[in-house]
Amino acid sequence: MLSLTWLVPTFPLIGSIINGFWGLKIGKDNVGKVACGSVILSFITTVLILFGLIGLPAENRIYEQVMFDWIVAGDFAVQWAYQVDPLSMVMMLVITGVGSLIHIFSIGYMKEEYSYYRYFAYLNLFMFAMLILVMGSNFLLMFIGWEGVGCCSYFLIGYYFDKQSACDAATKAFIVNRVGDFAFLLAVMFIFYIFGTIDYTEVFAAAPHKLIYDGEIAIIITGFLFLGATGKSAQIPLYTWLPDAMEGPTPVSALIHAATMVTAGVYLVVRCNILFMMAPMTMMAVAFVGGGTALLAATIGMTQWDIKRVLAYSTVSQIGYMFLGCGVGAFTAAIFHLITHAFFKACLFLGSGSVIHGMHHEQDIRKMGGLKKHFPKTYFTFLVSTLAIAGIFPLSGFFSKDEILLHSLIDGNIFLWGMGITGALLTAFYMFRLVFLTFHGESRVDPDVHPHESPDIMTRPLMILATLAAVGGMLGIPLIHGWHVLHNWLEPVLFIDWQTIVTNSTRMMEEHGHVAHLSHLLHHKEHPDAGLEVALMFLSVGVAITGIVGAYLCYIKYPKLPETLTDGQWGYEIVKNKYMVDEIYDETIVKPVVQGSRLLWKEADAKAIDGTVNGVAQIIGWCSKQAKQFQSGYVRNYALSMIIGFAILLLVVF
Amino acid sequence: MVPLSHYLIVSAILFFIGVLGVLLRRNVIVVFMSIEIMLNAVNLSLIGFDRFLNQHDGQVFSFMVMAVAAAEVSVGLAIIISIFRKKPTINLDEFNIMKW
Amino acid sequence: MEQFIFYPLSLMCIVFAVGVIVNTSPISSAVSLIGMMLGLAGLFVLLNAHLMAILQVLVYAGAIMVLFMFVIMLLNLKGDDEDWKMRGKNVLLASLSGVFVVTLLFKIFGDGFSTNIGKPAVLPETFGTTAAVGELLFTDFVLPFEVASILLLVAMIGAVVLAKTKLN
Repeated sequence: MLSLTWLVPTFPLIGSIINGFWGLKIGKDNVGKVACGSVILSFITTVLILFGLIGLPAENRIYEQVMFDWIVAGDFAVQWAYQVDPLSMVMMLVITGVGSLIHIFSIGYMKEEYSYYRYFAYLNLFMFAMLILVMGSNFLLMFIGWEGVGCCSYFLIGYYFDKQSACDAATKAFIVNRVGDFAFLLAVMFIFYIFGTIDYTEVFAAAPHKLIYDGEIAIIITGFLFLGATGKSAQIPLYTWLPDAMEGPTPVSALIHAATMVTAGVYLVVRCNILFMMAPMTMMAVAFVGGGTALLAATIGMTQWDIKRVLAYSTVSQIGYMFLGCGVGAFTAAIFHLITHAFFKACLFLGSGSVIHGMHHEQDIRKMGGLKKHFPKTYFTFLVSTLAIAGIFPLSGFFSKDEILLHSLIDGNIFLWGMGITGALLTAFYMFRLVFLTFHGESRVDPDVHPHESPDIMTRPLMILATLAAVGGMLGIPLIHGWHVLHNWLEPVLFIDWQTIVTNSTRMMEEHGHVAHLSHLLHHKEHPDAGLEVALMFLSVGVAITGIVGAYLCYIKYPKLPETLTDGQWGYEIVKNKYMVDEIYDETIVKPVVQGSRLLWKEADAKAIDGTVNGVAQIIGWCSKQAKQFQSGYVRNYALSMIIGFAILLLVVF
Repeated sequence: MVPLSHYLIVSAILFFIGVLGVLLRRNVIVVFMSIEIMLNAVNLSLIGFDRFLNQHDGQVFSFMVMAVAAAEVSVGLAIIISIFRKKPTINLDEFNIMKW
Repeated sequence: MEQFIFYPLSLMCIVFAVGVIVNTSPISSAVSLIGMMLGLAGLFVLLNAHLMAILQVLVYAGAIMVLFMFVIMLLNLKGDDEDWKMRGKNVLLASLSGVFVVTLLFKIFGDGFSTNIGKPAVLPETFGTTAAVGELLFTDFVLPFEVASILLLVAMIGAVVLAKTKLN
C-alpha cells in the first residue's frame, strides 16, 4: 500500500499536463473528467496509503519513498523523496478529499467559461504542488511545493486576466508572498548551516543536540520560518493579499484561499514543532500574532459587504486561531481546527459560489436578501457550516475552536484567551450577519436578476462538505481520554524528548558560562481540569449564541439599528476601511520601492548601464570605421600588409 | 659538393623575385606566374632539405604543393576569364570589387 | 664537378625568373617561366629527386603552363607599356621586400646551417625514386594524398562552373 505513495502527486500532474497541452482539443466534458478523475484517483490512493499506515505500529508510522537524487553538490545532497507520516497523511487526506469535491463543484461553476481547460490545468497543478508541499521529506522539497502553490495561486487569482482588479490582486498576492517566501528560504539556509542537512528526520533528530533551548539560533530559525508562514497563511503583517485574492473564481477561493494553501503555514509550524518548542519566544510571538489576527480580521469581517470578502476575513481570522493554537503548544488542536476549517470554510465558499452563480455574478450582500426560498439546498448547507464556524455544539467547529481556547487559557495566558473568545463572539456575529443578509429578510435583489438554485453537480459536493462540517468534530472528542482520535494519531509526530533537550541545553549553556534553569520543563503537564473544560465549553457556546442573537437583533428584528449605531462613528469608518493597512503599506513600502525602482530604471539602467553598453558599441564602431580604410579592395594592398607582417616577424625572431 | 645553403639562397632569391612580381606588376596573368615562381622556390628548398637529411617527406610535400598549384591555377584562371567577361581588362588596379 | 652544373643552372633559373616579371608581353613572361621551371627540374635531378624532376617538367612546365598559354591566347592579351611605371608605392613595396629577403639571406649565412646539416647524408640507392616516394605517399601520407585528390576534383568542378556562368 505504502509503495503507492508516489502516485498521489503524480495523478494531478498528469491531469494538469493533459489539460494544459491538449485541453482545447479534447473538449470541455473530457477536461472536467480528466481533472476530477485525476484528483479522485489521488484521493483513493491516499486512502489506500492510510490503511497501509494504520497497519504499522504507532511508533513506526513513518514511510519514506526516495524517487531520485535531486541535487548533489559536495556535502549538500537533496533527494526527491516523499515522506508519509501521520501529519502529512492528515494533510493529504484533507487536500485530496476536499480538493476532489471542489473539482467536481468547479465543473458546474465554470461551465460557461471559455478557457475552461486553463482553469482545470492550473487547479490540477495546484494539487500537485500542494501535495509536494506536504509530502516532501525535506525543507527544499517543501519549498518547491511552497513556491508552486504560490505560483498557481497567482495564476488562478488572475484567471480573469482581462480584468484590471484581478491582475492587480494576483500581483499583490504574489509579491506579498515573496516576502514570506524569502524568509522561509533564509530559514532553510540557516537550518542547513546549523545542521548540515535539510532532511526532516535528520534535522528533527539532531535538534535537541545542536540547539540550545531558548537560544538565539533556535529563535532566528523559527522566527524566519514563522515569517514565511505568515506570508502564505495571511497573518499579520502579511495578510492583506488574501481578501484581494477573492478576485479569482470562487472554487479557487474555496480550495486555495480557504482549505489548503493558506493552511500551509500551520502545517509548516506543526511540522517543525520541535524547533518551535525549543524557542519559547517565537512561540509567544506566534500565539500573539495568531490571536491578534483572529481578532483584527473578525472586526473587519463585520463591516464588509462583499459576500466573498466576509468569508476571506473569516478565513484570515480562523487561521489566526490555528496559529494561536500552535503558539501555545496545542499543535493537535491547530491541526484539528485546520481539518474542520477546511470542511466548513470550503462549504461556505462553495455555498457563496453557488449563490453568486445563481445570482449571475452578484457578490454584494446588500443586493441579496430573502434568498432562502430560491436556494433551499445551498441555504441549508450554508447554515450548517455557519453554525459550525460559530461554534455551536455539536458541530465540528465547536470542538476544534474550544480546544484551542482551552489550551490558550491553560498553556497560554488570559490575554490570549481573551482575544480568542472575543474573536469567537465576533465570528458568530458576522457569520450570522452574512446569513441573515443573504438568505433572510426582505429581498433586495435587482428585478432583472432571477435567482435559481445550482445544478446537482454543485449542490452534492456542498452536502458532502456540510455533512463533514457537522460530524468532523468526532475526530477529537475532548474529556473522554482515548477518544481523541486525532491526538492519538498525531502523537508520534508531536513527541518531544524533553529529557534530552534539558540535558544538552544545560550542558551547552554551562559551557558558555551561563546558569541554566530548565528543570521546570520536565514537569509533566497535567491533564486539564474537567470542570474548567466544561465551564469553558458552556461559556463559548454562550458567546456564540450571544453573537447570533446580536446578529438577529441587528439585521432581522431592527434592521435600522446598525445604521444608527455606526452612522458617523469614526471607529466604524476606520474598521470598514480595513484599518487603513493597505494605505499605510502603500505609503510606507510600496511607493518608496516603486520610486526607487523608477529611479534605478531611469537613471541607473537607462543612463548608466545602457550608456556604457551603447558607448562601447559606439567606440567599436568608430574603430571599425578607421580600420575600414585598410580594406581597399586591391589584392595587392593585402599582399603588402602580409609582407610587412612577415618582415616584422622575421626581424623580431632573428 | 654544393652546400645546402647555396640551394637555400637560390630558393630565397627566386622567392624574392616572385614577391616583387606580385607586388609590382599590374597584369594579373603575370602576378599569377609570380605566385608560381614562389611556389617553385619553396619546392626547391623542401627538396634540398630532403637531400641533406636523407628522407622523402619534403618530396611528398612538394608533390602536394604541385597538386595545390594545379588546383589554384585552374580555378584562378577561370576567375580571370569570368572577370574578363564583365570588364575587358586584366589590370589589377581596376578590380576592387572585394571592397564592401 | 657538381658545382659546374649547379651554378649555371641556378643562374639560368634566376635570369628566367627576372625575365618573367620584367617582360611586358605576357607571352614572353610565360616562356621565361617555362625556362625557369626546366632549370629547377635540373636542380632537382642534382638533388637526386628524380621523380620530382620528372613531375616538374610534366605538371608545371607541361600542364600548368599550357593552361597559362591557353588563357593568354584566349583573352588575346597584349603587352602594356604602362605596366612598369614606378610609383611611390612600388618603391616602398620593393624596399620592404628587400628587407625581407636580406633578413632571410642573413639568416641563412649567419646561422650554422652548413655546419649542422650542411654535409650531405650518405644516400641509399633508392633515394628519390618513384618507389620510395610512392611508398611514403601511400602509407604515412595517404590521407593528405586522398584529400589532394578531392581538392583537384573540387578545383575541376569549380573551374568549369566559374568559366561557364557570367559574373553578375
